[in-house]
Amino acid sequence: MNFDLTEEQQLLQNAIAQLLQNELPVTRLREIFESETGHDEALWKNLVEMGLGGLVIPEEYGGAGMELLDLALASETLSYGGAPGPFFGHSLAALAVSLAGSDAQKQRWLPQLATGDAIGSFAFAEAGSVWQPEDWVMAGGDTLTGTKLNVPYSELADVFVVGVAGGGLVLVEREASGLESHPIDGVDRARRIGALIFEATPCESMPGAAADRVRDAALVLLAADAFGAGTRLADMCVEYAKTREQFGVTIGHFQALKHQLANMAIDIEPSRALYWYAAHAFDHIQGESARSAAIAKAHITDNVMQIARDSVEAHGGIGFTWECDVQLWFKRAMFDRAFFGVPSLHRERQAQLAGW
Amino acid sequence: MDLSYGEEYEQFRTEVRAFLKDVWPPKGDEAELSKEDGARRFRVRATEKGYLSRGIPRKYGGSEQPSDEIRANIIREEFSRAHAPMDVKGIGTAMLVPTLLEKGEEWQKEKFVEKTVHGELHWCQGYSEPGSGSDLASLKTKGELVGDEWVLNGQKIWTTNAHTADWMFCLCRTEPGASKHAGISYLLVPMDQPGIEVRPLPQMTGGADFNEVFLTDARTPADHIVGKRGEGWQVSRSTLKHERNSIGSAAQSALMFQGLVHLAKTTEYDGRPGIEDPVIRQRLARLEGTLKAHEYSGLRQLTANAKGENPGIIQTMSKLIATNIGSEVAKIALDLIGDDGMMDPLESGGMMARPGSQSSWINQYMFSLGIAVAGGTANIQRNVIAERGLGLPRDIYAERSSGK
Repeated sequence: MNFDLTEEQQLLQNAIAQLLQNELPVTRLREIFESETGHDEALWKNLVEMGLGGLVIPEEYGGAGMELLDLALASETLSYGGAPGPFFGHSLAALAVSLAGSDAQKQRWLPQLATGDAIGSFAFAEAGSVWQPEDWVMAGGDTLTGTKLNVPYSELADVFVVGVAGGGLVLVEREASGLESHPIDGVDRARRIGALIFEATPCESMPGAAADRVRDAALVLLAADAFGAGTRLADMCVEYAKTREQFGVTIGHFQALKHQLANMAIDIEPSRALYWYAAHAFDHIQGESARSAAIAKAHITDNVMQIARDSVEAHGGIGFTWECDVQLWFKRAMFDRAFFGVPSLHRERQAQLAGW
Repeated sequence: MDLSYGEEYEQFRTEVRAFLKDVWPPKGDEAELSKEDGARRFRVRATEKGYLSRGIPRKYGGSEQPSDEIRANIIREEFSRAHAPMDVKGIGTAMLVPTLLEKGEEWQKEKFVEKTVHGELHWCQGYSEPGSGSDLASLKTKGELVGDEWVLNGQKIWTTNAHTADWMFCLCRTEPGASKHAGISYLLVPMDQPGIEVRPLPQMTGGADFNEVFLTDARTPADHIVGKRGEGWQVSRSTLKHERNSIGSAAQSALMFQGLVHLAKTTEYDGRPGIEDPVIRQRLARLEGTLKAHEYSGLRQLTANAKGENPGIIQTMSKLIATNIGSEVAKIALDLIGDDGMMDPLESGGMMARPGSQSSWINQYMFSLGIAVAGGTANIQRNVIAERGLGLPRDIYAERSSGK
């Protein structure tokens, strides 16, 4: 019985945290946040040099051959540091190709995804908050026609994993004919999204049936990201309570605020084990994977959104300003909560998967 | 990360199972024994095997096992699966025995530990007073050394099982000139004497598990003090490094939740089984998220304890989280049972109600509040999390009153 991280996993998280501390001071984060693309090539290069481009890509294709738990731990730490960029969409595309791609597709894409020379993304969402593989409407075949929404870094990615009716996955290259992409004004400017419009766009079918697995992985990564954001927000509030003074003492003396911070702590800290477990189930307990992922996504992203709201309140007037860093992680929480379906949707899935 | 127990521990589990299969439930002549005698006989055997009283030295009737969180957990799992008796529960084994083992005199250990561990001596805890709840150290019950006896005067309250206890471990003020915390001593007081009057304190459920205890020239021998005069506060705060039941509370919560899901499946709600109602489904699913996070955090703590590491802030949270889960279970249940939710819990079965019956849910609705208050209210728990967990400063008034 060992429900704890290995030394290597702790080293991975420490190394990412260290890198972000050095390379991504909040001033730099804000520049990227407010930039045209929401992407920083130097930062991306640093991350892929650490191997983050191919954590779950098999070693034979140049990746690290690690598990979803490792990817989730990286997501948590990147989120805590506020890292902007295509890591999330890229990682899921890499996972999808690893799980569902043909040998030729793997050979073509995985090595360059692992080095970060190519950036991957995925296009699942359709109009009307349609996210789930069983609800996809856009027809597959040799070409695609239709629109996909909320595609991570659609302006930047070189290859897209696209979900089609019946729960299939296909690959579309950036240069494919009849493919247009348009940025969407998302709230979280550290994770850009866009729309892809297909007009008889050539695509390549992926042979493996992996859409459900990719969904589960996405839910776990969103949960892990939300956990990182929630701990960052909670830490910021505690720090503020220890420094801000009113009535001659630091406001952390006052029970009203202490109790709010204690409630935030009990809403976030146990979630660490919840996302660990969901990732571990994805890797090793097949039968519990789908349900654990749904629970983690619904519970953590919902709780963290409330923590974000409380964080604004705990900071008083300054908390409501653009200048206060709370907004950066508040918006991360909004993204994680809505992306791939709101909590109530996954709670209903959680109920169905239990046979309720 | 590995959620299996590994070969050595699975071997241990097999041994425990084989033992239980042999002796529980009692076989042959032993099956004729009374329930109490059967349980007593079983505990002696389980202690010989090293399964019970693990933290207690052999000379005081324990099995003196090296601390091993994972073995302790396997024992809990297997014993509860077999419905076999565990260590005697109660404030005596939970609090007095560890305190005596750490701070008591040799004769005190010999006199009290074995009998308490074997369930022959029952204890109550004389801490809270009418004016001293969360601010326990402000307690006023007076202890005066007169000749070779302590003479005690004052009142204790919320004293669980005072009406059945043989002894009380009691905090009282013995050093009137000393500062707040330094004026307190920890005394062991026999309950069966004219100076002690116990009055039951009926709960809102109608039952009465706790009491008021009036001490009027109550007496106990001068040497029935644990630690020195004025050290009572530290003595009461001492904790032994013993096996913590870090996942016991989560298992309890999980059992309650399973009962609730069963209720939702079997109860008609708005013309169909409650479990089919979308609002009930959402509430159950949300609650299950909190429960699972609590359960898996228990695994994290178990792992940390087994390695001798500090599990961190999470260990300050268990009580408040379990309390929140218990309250939410009760609220959902009350909605499911509809009109039965205005029945009298005592008349409809009270604490004796069959687990899972409608009346047990009515009781749970009120009893979950008792749990929220007992052993430090939810607000006090939040102070503990904020101060010990998050490192926030103490409340100004509490700081001032401690003279810090």
